[in-house]
Amino acid sequence: MQNSTKRPLSPFMLGTHYKWQLTSATSLLHRATGIAAAVGSLVVVYWLTSLAAGPQAFDIATSFLGSWLGKFILFFWTWALFYHLCNGIRHLMWDLDYGFDLPTTYLTGKIVIIASAILNLLLWLVA
Amino acid sequence: MSRLLTPLKKVRGLGSAKEGVHHWWMQRVSAVALVPLTLWAAFSVASMAGKPYEAVLTYFAAPFNVAMFTLFLFAGFYHASLGLQVFIEDYIHHENTKIVTLIAMKLLMVLLGTVSILAVLRVTFGG
Repeated sequence: MQNSTKRPLSPFMLGTHYKWQLTSATSLLHRATGIAAAVGSLVVVYWLTSLAAGPQAFDIATSFLGSWLGKFILFFWTWALFYHLCNGIRHLMWDLDYGFDLPTTYLTGKIVIIASAILNLLLWLVA
Repeated sequence: MSRLLTPLKKVRGLGSAKEGVHHWWMQRVSAVALVPLTLWAAFSVASMAGKPYEAVLTYFAAPFNVAMFTLFLFAGFYHASLGLQVFIEDYIHHENTKIVTLIAMKLLMVLLGTVSILAVLRVTFGG
């Protein structure tokens, strides 16, 4: 760290030192949605432990998760999860050295956003 | 003082001479496993939305469901701990704070993973 004087640190150079682009936005979102997915796992832990605790605890949990606020949180959490999943496949593709050219990164970036939205809508149609 | 250190000594600790390749590989392998597991778990839970307690018990009584859900939880919390590790390493530069945060995060992921898997097993095997 000694020789790095005042260089802008990713992702904080976005907007000020560096132009916003779809590719930087999808990259930043990958990390953000990964963290959101990890934090949201607390909901899964709560749902499962309430199920193990018995019918009363389960009813309290489902009435909260089924409430307007619960559904609101869950809707964005599942979208974050699906975004991370779809963009994760994009990253795995890059790891295999496919799709690194600029037009393809933009195309796959758009596909990821649309696919995650479709998956999330499908999920909420089932729910 | 740091001029006296050999290049190997400099990269020890969390540096590149440790187990970065293993971390990188495990992140990818768990990601590949999580693609089908997440889709399966998400749509399973969505299909149980609004269903009574007994219906969820029936779901977790089926061996295939229990196996897949346990694998989802294991791979998910493992992948989360690997991902959060990178996030912490990238953004916390104070060495002691970084180590403490890393240990706390790792232990929390093990705790949440264990609790949620035990909850599933209790629902399946417990009365």
